[in-house]
Amino acid sequence: MPLLKPDPTFYPSPKMAMQSPPEKLSYLALINSKKDDRPDAIAVVDLDPDSASYGKLVGSVDMTKPGDELHHFGWNACSSCLCPYAPHPHMERRYLIVPGINTSRIHVLDTKPDPKNPKVVKVIEPEVLAERTGYAAPHTVHCGPDGIYVSALGAPSGDGPGGTLVMDPETFEIKGKWEIDRGPQQLAYDVWWHLGLDTMVTSTWGTPNMVKAGVNPELLLAGKYGNKLHFWNLRKRRHVQQLELGAEQQMALELRPAHDPAKAYGFLGVVLSLKDLSSSIWVWYREDGKNGSNGKWGIKKIIEIPATPADPAKLPPLLQGFKAEPPLVTDINLSLDDRYLYVSCWGSGEFIQYDVSDPFNPKKSSSIRLGGIVNRSVHPAKPKQALNGGPQMVEISRDGKRVYFSNGLYTPWDDQFYPDGVRGWVAKVDVTEKGMKIDSKFFLEVEGMRTHQMRLEGGDASSDSFCYS
Amino acid sequence: MLLLGAYHGINPGMGWLFAVALGMQQGSARGVWRALPPIGLGHALAVGVVLLAAGLAQLVVPLGLLKATVASILLGFGVYRLWRHRHPRYGGMRVGFRDLTTWSFLMASAHGAGFMVLPFVIRMSNDVKAVDAAMPSHTGHMTAAASAGTGSILLGLHTLSYLAVTGLAAWIVYRWLGLALLRTAWFNLDLLWAAVLAVTGAVVLLS
Repeated sequence: MPLLKPDPTFYPSPKMAMQSPPEKLSYLALINSKKDDRPDAIAVVDLDPDSASYGKLVGSVDMTKPGDELHHFGWNACSSCLCPYAPHPHMERRYLIVPGINTSRIHVLDTKPDPKNPKVVKVIEPEVLAERTGYAAPHTVHCGPDGIYVSALGAPSGDGPGGTLVMDPETFEIKGKWEIDRGPQQLAYDVWWHLGLDTMVTSTWGTPNMVKAGVNPELLLAGKYGNKLHFWNLRKRRHVQQLELGAEQQMALELRPAHDPAKAYGFLGVVLSLKDLSSSIWVWYREDGKNGSNGKWGIKKIIEIPATPADPAKLPPLLQGFKAEPPLVTDINLSLDDRYLYVSCWGSGEFIQYDVSDPFNPKKSSSIRLGGIVNRSVHPAKPKQALNGGPQMVEISRDGKRVYFSNGLYTPWDDQFYPDGVRGWVAKVDVTEKGMKIDSKFFLEVEGMRTHQMRLEGGDASSDSFCYS
Repeated sequence: MLLLGAYHGINPGMGWLFAVALGMQQGSARGVWRALPPIGLGHALAVGVVLLAAGLAQLVVPLGLLKATVASILLGFGVYRLWRHRHPRYGGMRVGFRDLTTWSFLMASAHGAGFMVLPFVIRMSNDVKAVDAAMPSHTGHMTAAASAGTGSILLGLHTLSYLAVTGLAAWIVYRWLGLALLRTAWFNLDLLWAAVLAVTGAVVLLS
């Protein structure tokens, strides 16, 4: 039954969304890295600092079968429901669409009536997904003005092309493949858009066969992982432009377009340069400086984070030959006011805040360390316990004052970089004008499971998109 | 007809919100005003097509049967929309005159705007016919022409009233109220709309 008034978590503009009340809980993807019968789960974390169970798990729901490898799940509806060309403001932000990249199974969870006890209400089996879309390995979910968009890494054979599929936001039926003309695009990873420009952007990682057994050194050294960015006409569902980052760049992952729909730029994180193992952040922008519906896009590297020379004895076998610890930027996230970009260096354990008010001249404004391949930096809550893994999936509260991050990347890859096996944890920093500070009261460790994407109650800095400035 | 036009106009999903968004995008009130003609044209086309079809049907189908058909459509469509709310997938944020006209036409059609107006037009042209019958000098041909004339006038009135309310709402929100209003004041008009469709259908069926 639709609501009589708009869902209170929908905001016309990112500016208004920043006035929202603080989140009280979060949904967290837990991945079972052991090859036993226990399925992955979506857990519920208490984020209320006044609660006795602050920073602890207060609920959980198992997926229906083991082995999903849950990744970037998302809401059925968000602020894009207020967009003027397809308004449906009386939908509810209520269901979580949870894709499993290893099994190609998609679970739909209902977070009502009890938000702490979500229930599985629908399962889309891999055969159905394959038959309706020709895709497999669903990865990232975004609620769009006219449906739920899901990126997929490849075809059911495990090869390319990957792409985007669309799901009905009410019935959760898979409607089909999104692309009418994919142009030269083959690899896929993230998908997001500039709603104000009717433009979609997709990034490139690798096909399921290229990633499911871990990073393949041969493919990597041959530069076969993704190093392109694709731009699409969101209305016509056609490819319009491909941007190349250069042959040495490998794994163009997270896309963070400016939240303000009037701004025509966004940020991309690239994991590795073959030249020197550095990671980099790029900004894409309209070349003519105009924000109209036509015009070419350009891209520019704005941040380079170098690798650090290291004692091979402290490095995993994959890296020993290089005698260096790569930073491995695996996730980035942009605050709703488009001011701060948070960057996870999963390899070095550094977590960096950049002021990107001027997107072409970012300033490093704050940094902390937790875990890391060499340093194993400790958390103030457990000052004697060396941590492994590093800051990875980042989520920012809507008001920009709290930032949460987990330490799991992708099970087969975790073990290559942290051969002792990543032990799941989630940490939080508080943000003030002075920068970031680790919250010593918030340190969640999850025994036997790895942690991945978080979704904050009511929305966060990567869940919603807006049609008004 | 005037009231129905105003009712269609006040629904944010029928046009004024789009006009506000385009004004904001272009950073000027001119964007709001420029959006109104195509939005009005699309709406008029959507209602006009239904009226024309019904007018033509009236020439060959007995009035009673036509009324029953229209009423059934209204009732069925209204009840359907009470439980399932689908939208045409059309449009974006970068739109020109033709895009906006098409969008408005599709939105009005998908919401059954024309069908909602229909029972009133049928009743009015019924009255016209009654007058005709009272004056035997008129021929049947003249009746059809009179009916078409009445239809056009009603369509014009409806569209004017729709546009006036759409423009007024867009201007007030753009200029004074701001979009925060959407979060609290956007009553589910679609639900009410569906109910109105169903009730109109039921009333016509029973009358």
